[in-house]
Amino acid sequence: MRYVTKKNRAILREMVATDFKVRYQESVLGYLWSLLRPLFMFAILYVLFTYIIPIGKDNPHYGVALLTGIVMWNFFSETTSLGASSVVNNGDLLRKISIPRYLMVLTSSISALINLAINCLVIIIFALINGVHPTFEWILVIPIVVELFVFSLGIAFLLAALTVKFRDITYIWEIFLQGGFYASAIIFPITMVPGSVRDFFYINPIVQIVQDARNFILSGSVHTDTLWNSVDSIFIKIAPFIVIVIFAVLGVWIFKKRSPYFAEDI
Amino acid sequence: MSKSTPEPAIEIKNIHKEFILPQSKTTSLKQAAVNIVRDNKKTTQKVLDGVSFTINKGDFFGIVGRNGSGKSTLLKMIAGVYVPTEGEIKIHGGLTPFIELGVGFNPELSGRDNVYLNGALLGYSHKEMDGMYDEIVEFAELGPFMDQKLKNYSSGMQVRLAFSIAIKAKNDILIFDEVLAVGDEAFQRKCMEVFRRYRKDNQTVVLVTHSMDNVNALCTRALMLEDGKIKHIGDVNDVARLYSESNILSEDSKAKNENKQPIGIEIQGVKPIYDKNDYMELSIGWPDRDDIYGVGVSISSVNDVYVFGSNFKNIKSKKKNIKYRVKLNLISGEYKVNMATYNSKGDISGLMQDVARFDVRNDYNTTVGGVTVLEHEYITS
Repeated sequence: MRYVTKKNRAILREMVATDFKVRYQESVLGYLWSLLRPLFMFAILYVLFTYIIPIGKDNPHYGVALLTGIVMWNFFSETTSLGASSVVNNGDLLRKISIPRYLMVLTSSISALINLAINCLVIIIFALINGVHPTFEWILVIPIVVELFVFSLGIAFLLAALTVKFRDITYIWEIFLQGGFYASAIIFPITMVPGSVRDFFYINPIVQIVQDARNFILSGSVHTDTLWNSVDSIFIKIAPFIVIVIFAVLGVWIFKKRSPYFAEDI
Repeated sequence: MSKSTPEPAIEIKNIHKEFILPQSKTTSLKQAAVNIVRDNKKTTQKVLDGVSFTINKGDFFGIVGRNGSGKSTLLKMIAGVYVPTEGEIKIHGGLTPFIELGVGFNPELSGRDNVYLNGALLGYSHKEMDGMYDEIVEFAELGPFMDQKLKNYSSGMQVRLAFSIAIKAKNDILIFDEVLAVGDEAFQRKCMEVFRRYRKDNQTVVLVTHSMDNVNALCTRALMLEDGKIKHIGDVNDVARLYSESNILSEDSKAKNENKQPIGIEIQGVKPIYDKNDYMELSIGWPDRDDIYGVGVSISSVNDVYVFGSNFKNIKSKKKNIKYRVKLNLISGEYKVNMATYNSKGDISGLMQDVARFDVRNDYNTTVGGVTVLEHEYITS
């Protein structure tokens, strides 16, 4: 198999461009919607958890922490759900031309990645307005994003391959994401979770990703800790990374094994 | 064009292909669970059953066969869309995996964006497409429409655009499925020109087609598939003859004609195939109707080019049938018979399109064009 050939790059580029054009061309605000959606969700949750159920009263930068969590989660949710249906939605193309199948999944993840990059700019602007001191640790968010990308892509590959055989996966995943949002400690700090249950939360890589990203962004203003420093058990320290490796390897392996049959299974 | 030893471009060794039939396919988890519990007997369909052959470099290779013979499946396996259940396919050199025109066209994008998208699928970068763009638009004759969305194009315009991009494909091996069956006459002529050039340049081409005229005119070698097996391979004329014969014998071409009878009118005598200058003799009857005082019969090509039509309005009342005889000095191709009926005032009371179909075969090949063959000769002195 040829991977990053000139040809595949050209296809990827045109497919990502198509994705963007088709998604936003009929709307007046166009691309702005991909910013407005997470911001609107943020506004609702911010009002709810600052004034009505004041979860964030201890943290002067609760808003920044919340926005970071929402943006990270949105990327995960977008990459996995669009990735899951990417192969099935391109069924017509797959039946007629033998371009590498992984390009379909990659296309949806790159669209989401571009959105994430722009949303990160919004976080930075919001953080500065909110009085967060910029530090060099902000750069450490980049490896966290890489980690998030690998995890999301691994799951997207797994779901995409399974969806070809079982269309129910799309709906199951939608429900799973609803629950996952609350199991990822996005609206509340992980310290609010009772100690005995907290260890289960830590296995979820999104918890570690969101906590660590928040920690790096707020490091100059509030004292928080990375997951690595805040737990004792070495097993829990490395659990999220093990989960990511398992899903990435499993996803790619199953996708590679099933992809020659996509054209006839769809 | 004599080559000492032909080099293989595509080697196909004993391939088999089975598909799991849709009714036993599990597309939901519930079904999958049921199937695990139940003794899951898969119903499979054998589409290709032990096919082996070699296509050499420089061959213009035709693949023919009736519907369901497995030719498209075979082409898709060569293109790498399907994998064989058993057997091996070796491709020597680059292959343009284009099966149909306009694959991947997005109706929501402009014509311009679609050119770049389609070009990427052919293996061209954005920059390379920049260089070819003007030529493509010019060939397609679509200059003023390129910024409109593809969904606003007529189907003819879409095909023109798709074809103009497709001929930019440069690779060791090109494959096409039924490309020549689409578009109007003018477009088909343009297609033929391109294909003739491929042949002249010794470009390796694999072409699936239903048209024996195309096989005769273009191919250097051909293969006929029947029920997933090779019926004949090699000489183009032999393959074309065998294919035409198999169509005459086919029961469903007869059934095809019987199903299209308009209510109350019976047309008999259409043969599925005629030779040049044969007479077609129809008997038209309406045993249960009393309101028919005239009939019209017309012939058009399957592309709806009106060839000839005439009326007869002097049917005596109580007459229940009429005979029609016409000499078919037509060029080869598939034609439709259309009918009209007239009432006592001489007005049309019924129109029936496509009441029967027939093929005309002849050996004019590509030496003539148009719809009809006028008596003609060239005199050299």
